[in-house]
Amino acid sequence: MAKKVIEVKDLHVHFKTFSGTVQAVRGVNFELFEGETLAIVGESGSGKSVTSNALMKLIPQPPGIYAAGEILLNGTDLIPLTDKEMSKIRGNDISMIFQDPMTSLNPTMKVGKQITEVILQHKTISRSEAKIKAIELLNKVGIPFPEKRYSQYPHEFSGGMRQRVVIAIALAADPKLLIADEPTTALDVTIQAQILELMKEIQETSKTSIIFITHDLGVVANVADRVAVMYAGQIVEYGTVNDIFYNPKHPYTWGLLGSMPDLDNEAEERLYTIPGTPPDLIHPPKGDAFAARNEFALAIDYEMEPPMFKVSDTHYAKTWLLHEQSPNIEMPHIVRKRIDSFLAKEAMHHD
Amino acid sequence: MTKNKILEVKALKQYFQSGSTTIKAVDNISFDVYEGETLGLVGESGCGKSTTGRSIINLYNITAGEIIFKGKNVHTNKSKKEKQQFNREMQMIFQDPYASLNPRMTAGEIISEGFKIHGLYRNKQERQKKIYELLHAVGLNSEHANRYAHEFSGGQRQRLGIARALSLDPSFIIADEPISALDVSIQAQVVNLLKDLQKERGLTYLFIAHDLSMVKYISDRIAVMYRGKILEIGKADDIYHHPVHPYTKSLLSAIPLPDPLSEQRRVRIPYEHQEMPENATYYEVDEEHFVYGTEQVVNTWISSR
Repeated sequence: MAKKVIEVKDLHVHFKTFSGTVQAVRGVNFELFEGETLAIVGESGSGKSVTSNALMKLIPQPPGIYAAGEILLNGTDLIPLTDKEMSKIRGNDISMIFQDPMTSLNPTMKVGKQITEVILQHKTISRSEAKIKAIELLNKVGIPFPEKRYSQYPHEFSGGMRQRVVIAIALAADPKLLIADEPTTALDVTIQAQILELMKEIQETSKTSIIFITHDLGVVANVADRVAVMYAGQIVEYGTVNDIFYNPKHPYTWGLLGSMPDLDNEAEERLYTIPGTPPDLIHPPKGDAFAARNEFALAIDYEMEPPMFKVSDTHYAKTWLLHEQSPNIEMPHIVRKRIDSFLAKEAMHHD
Repeated sequence: MTKNKILEVKALKQYFQSGSTTIKAVDNISFDVYEGETLGLVGESGCGKSTTGRSIINLYNITAGEIIFKGKNVHTNKSKKEKQQFNREMQMIFQDPYASLNPRMTAGEIISEGFKIHGLYRNKQERQKKIYELLHAVGLNSEHANRYAHEFSGGQRQRLGIARALSLDPSFIIADEPISALDVSIQAQVVNLLKDLQKERGLTYLFIAHDLSMVKYISDRIAVMYRGKILEIGKADDIYHHPVHPYTKSLLSAIPLPDPLSEQRRVRIPYEHQEMPENATYYEVDEEHFVYGTEQVVNTWISSR
C-alpha cells in the first residue's frame, strides 16, 4: 500500500472579524497518499483556499484561528509547530503554487536568483552548484534556453512561462507534497493544457503528491485521482474521480456538473443552475448548509446536519438523500443524460 | 427566415502606437452580425477580441476600415442626435462587475443614468416604474434599487450591469467576457438570463470570451481570432465538429471536459503559426463557414480534415 503523506482530521479554521467570527472551514477530513492527486473543488468562499493555506500554516493569526483538528504530515501534527519549525517544512516537505504568476514572483529580482535563493535556504551547497541546479530545474519545467532565461526578470516572461518559473521554485527543494491553488485559472486554455501536462510529468518522475484546488471541473477530470467537493466550509462529497463524475450523489455536485455546458449541449437546452448564493458563514444555517439552495431538500435538512454516508469503500457523500428512509431521488435529467452519453462514448471506444 | 445584417465590419484595423513600434491589435478583419443572433468571438488573451468590441462601439478612433450599423457608418456619425441614437441602440456589458459599477451610486441611479443623458422618462413615477421593470427583468427586485454596488454579490452585480445595458432598449449588446469573473453555478444563471432576454427582446449579441465551452453553448456562429486576425468563422456546430484551421483544432483540443475517462485519452494538438502572404483571404469551405489563408493552404487543410 502506498505511503500516506498527509492526513487532515476534523480541521476547523475561523476568522475573527468586526461583524463576528467567520467559520471558514468547518470540520474537514481527508488523506493523501504518495504520488496521488487530490482535487478540491468548490465555489469562491467554500473554504478550499483556506484549507490549503492551513496545510502550509499560512493563515495569519490574528484574525485567523485554528479552532480544532489536526494536520498530520508523516504522523506529526503541524498545528502546534512554531513559525521557525514550520519554515523548515515549507519548501522541503510541502510547497505551493499560487494562482497569479504575476504577483507570486518578485519583479525586481532575476528569475535565477529567485530559484537559487530557495535552494540555498534548504540545502547546504555552494552558489555555483545551486546555479547548476536552478538551470536544471528551468530545463525540467520546459523553459527553452535556460542559461539565458536564468538571468532575466519576470517581466521578460509570458504568463505561461512565469507559471513554469513558479513551479520550478516550488520544486527547488524536492517537496513531497505540492499544493496548487488555481494554478491555471489565469492562463489561456492552450497554456493551461501545457502546464497540466507538465505537472503530471513531474508527478510521474518524482512521485510528488499534489493537492489541486480549482473550480474548473474539466481540469479536475483531467488531473485528479480523487476529488473532494467543498461547500460552506465542509467536504460534502468525496470519492475517486470516476465516482464523482459518473456516480455523483450530492445535489450540490449535481448542480456543479449540470451548470457546466459541454460541447454537445443543444442550444435550446437551458443550463441547470443552483439557485441563490452560498450561505453566510458567520451564522452557518442550522442543519444542512446546502438546504436553502437544494431543490431536493427534505424536512430534516433544515433541522439536522447530515453525516457522511458511505456509498462505497472509496465514495462518501454528506446528504440525507442517502439515508435508507429517504425518498428515492434521482439526479436531474440533464446530468443523467450527459453521464450516459459520456459512458456510451466510452463503450464505443472500447468496441 | 431571411437574415438581416445588423452590423457589418469591413476591413477593420485598429493599431496602437507604443513608442516607435506599432501594435496591430486588430489587423484587417471583416465580418457580419445578423439580427437576433449571437456571434461568439473567441481567442487567447491579447488576440484583439476585446479591442474589436471596443472599436465597434466607438470607444476608439479606428485606424482604417468601416463599421456599418443598421446601414450607417458608425465612425462618421456627425450630429449629436445621430451619436445619441447610436448610443441607445448599442450597449456593452463588461467583464468585471466590481470595477464597472460606480461605488457611490445606488442601483437605481446606475440604471437610470442613461435616462437623464437621453432625456427619457422625465416624470419621476415613470422613471421609477422603468427602474423596477428592469430590475425584475434581470431577476433582482424593487428593494434593490436603493442599495449600493458593494451590497450585491458578484452575480447580482453582473445582473445590475445587464440591467444598465438594457435601460435604453438597445438592439445590439456587446458582452465582453461577461461571466469570466463569476463562479460556475452563477455563470449558468447569468447565461440563462442572457438567453431569456434575447428571446424576449429580440436582442443581438456579440459575445466575447475565452471559455470555449460556454461560447459554444450560447452562440449561433463563432469567430476564432488569433494575433489580430479572424482565422475561421462559421456556425457554432461546424466550428466545433468540423474545424478546418489548425489553430481552431489546437484550441479545441486543449479544452478539458468533465469526463475523466475521455480526458485520459485526450491528446492536445500543438499549433505552429504560419505567417500568411499578402494575398491571403477568406475561403468558403462549407455554407457560411470561412477560413483565412491562401487557396493552396486552405485546400491542404481541407484534405487533411
